[in-house]
Amino acid sequence: MIYDFFYNLTGSQILAYIIGSLLPLFAFILPFALVAVLLERKVSAHMQDRLGPMRVGYHGILQTVADILKLIQKEDIVASPNDKPLFNIAPVLVFAGSYTAFAAIPFTSAFIGSNIDLGIIFIIAITGLVVAGILMAGWASNNKYTLLGAMRSAAQIISYEIPTILVVLSLIMITGTASLNKLSEMQTGHFWHWMILGGPGLSLQKFILIPFMIIGFLIIYISTLAEVNRTPFDIPEAESELVSGYHTEYSGMKFAMFFLAEYANMFAVSAIVAALFLGGYQSPFGYLGNTFHLPWLIPIEQFFWFTFKGVFLVVVQMWLRWTLPRLRVDQLMAVCWKYLIPIAFVNLLIVGLITVL
Amino acid sequence: MSQYFKNIWSAISTISIGMKVTFKHLFVPAVTIQYPDVKLELPERERNRLYVNMDDCIGCDQCSRACPVNCIEIETVKSLPEEDLGKTSNGKKKALWVTKFDIDIAKCCFCQLCVFPCPTECIYMTDVYEFSEFKRDNLIYDYATLSPEERVQKKLNYEKFEAQKAAEKAAAAAAAAAAKAKAQESKPATPESKPENKEPNAEKKEGKVEAKEPKSEGKTLNQENKTDKAESKPADNESKTDNQEDKTD
Repeated sequence: MIYDFFYNLTGSQILAYIIGSLLPLFAFILPFALVAVLLERKVSAHMQDRLGPMRVGYHGILQTVADILKLIQKEDIVASPNDKPLFNIAPVLVFAGSYTAFAAIPFTSAFIGSNIDLGIIFIIAITGLVVAGILMAGWASNNKYTLLGAMRSAAQIISYEIPTILVVLSLIMITGTASLNKLSEMQTGHFWHWMILGGPGLSLQKFILIPFMIIGFLIIYISTLAEVNRTPFDIPEAESELVSGYHTEYSGMKFAMFFLAEYANMFAVSAIVAALFLGGYQSPFGYLGNTFHLPWLIPIEQFFWFTFKGVFLVVVQMWLRWTLPRLRVDQLMAVCWKYLIPIAFVNLLIVGLITVL
Repeated sequence: MSQYFKNIWSAISTISIGMKVTFKHLFVPAVTIQYPDVKLELPERERNRLYVNMDDCIGCDQCSRACPVNCIEIETVKSLPEEDLGKTSNGKKKALWVTKFDIDIAKCCFCQLCVFPCPTECIYMTDVYEFSEFKRDNLIYDYATLSPEERVQKKLNYEKFEAQKAAEKAAAAAAAAAAKAKAQESKPATPESKPENKEPNAEKKEGKVEAKEPKSEGKTLNQENKTDKAESKPADNESKTDNQEDKTD
């Protein structure tokens, strides 16, 4: 899709691939990370009756730019007992894992990196790479805290992938497709066509599905929250216990890559949840481009709605982060194995029955 | 089983309560202040950095002696009779050149004990509390208003004056001795009395200054002061009286 556009534009396959693959990074993820870090600090500050960064630019809006400039200048420290090849590969792998997910995320109806049929499954599979990167980072740092953080992270991500996949499965049973683009297209029109409200159409099935869809939405939101290691599931990074978890030993740009991966992940997860349940890039009220007969306006509107939904869910993640304390390891596992997975299973069965009948 | 659903319910309800609380706090105005730009008003009797108003300092050394950590160092030189140092704001006459007034603020324990004895209220606590330095030497504040050359000069002036006086005295003594020798008197005790006369000068300087202090200290001190005062009165016109005494002797 986007590849065809760039192929027609440049006439070179390689250039089209390179531009198409780098565009989301430089046009979206880097600016998003800049905004999200600032947003996180501002949201947390205001929730705690503080003001947050105030000194760089008006109300500190350039704070993250200054931070990035500082990170670029920082010395890249590799301690002598570190396992150097693994230590150097780990941040790249983590970032690659979270960035590859963006290949299958439909930003608009006109922009999707790779319109594969197994989009959502691909994303879930490829984010498993992040676990490998985190384990590598934790092991190669040769530090007990990083190792503990990495082990916890691996245990957590693997555990919480199960409820995620169960909910995704129930969706696939309803819609009959695993392509995020098709899923988003299905939910066009108005917000009552979104999957969280039972999907498109006005059949009886839709109304019966609504409560189970809401439960599914909550489960996938909680489990993806855990997958990106955010509070209350931040035991891999638990500052008060493990310094800062698996990236304790990293500095400079390598640390920045972990950081970027974390925020890219946050958005990727929010975007997936939005695409699955909240209509993806679809507007909740119909498009201005349709009413004014301006077809070029529609993708821009779609991009706006997609970003809006993604950022909204990210803000809710932050909101939860500054509301809830960290779970203990046993509580974390209990939440996953005793609550989320059984509920997701029952939900899956009921949704399956509803769709069959 | 019911416990299971209760747990789920309590988790959801408590999380929503918590989120409500944090959402409300999103709109609560910040309780913090932008510190270097905005500063809290300090309490009325705050004790921070010391300041000495040298226009009013008479070099009495009382703050230095009151200091429990010896962070104030004062050196003074007497002024010459023809020099006029002016008056302090509460009408005290200044008689001493303050050639050294160093406060080692790194040692200062902010007890404010130096503030009370000051007869002219020229040493006091300010509301400045940010004075960290990279070098410890920079924390020794020099309050003396004289330039380094002036300080040396004042000392030299006084030494010269003293030397001159001593020379005059010696001359007078020699003259007296000669006169006595001429008179052929039996007691040659005069040379011994002179050092006695000289030494009290130093004590008198301090004594005089102490006497100016209001009642803040104990009775015994006051009594001492009185006695000192009695002694020190003639010291104001030392040179003349000395000469006269010498002559009368």
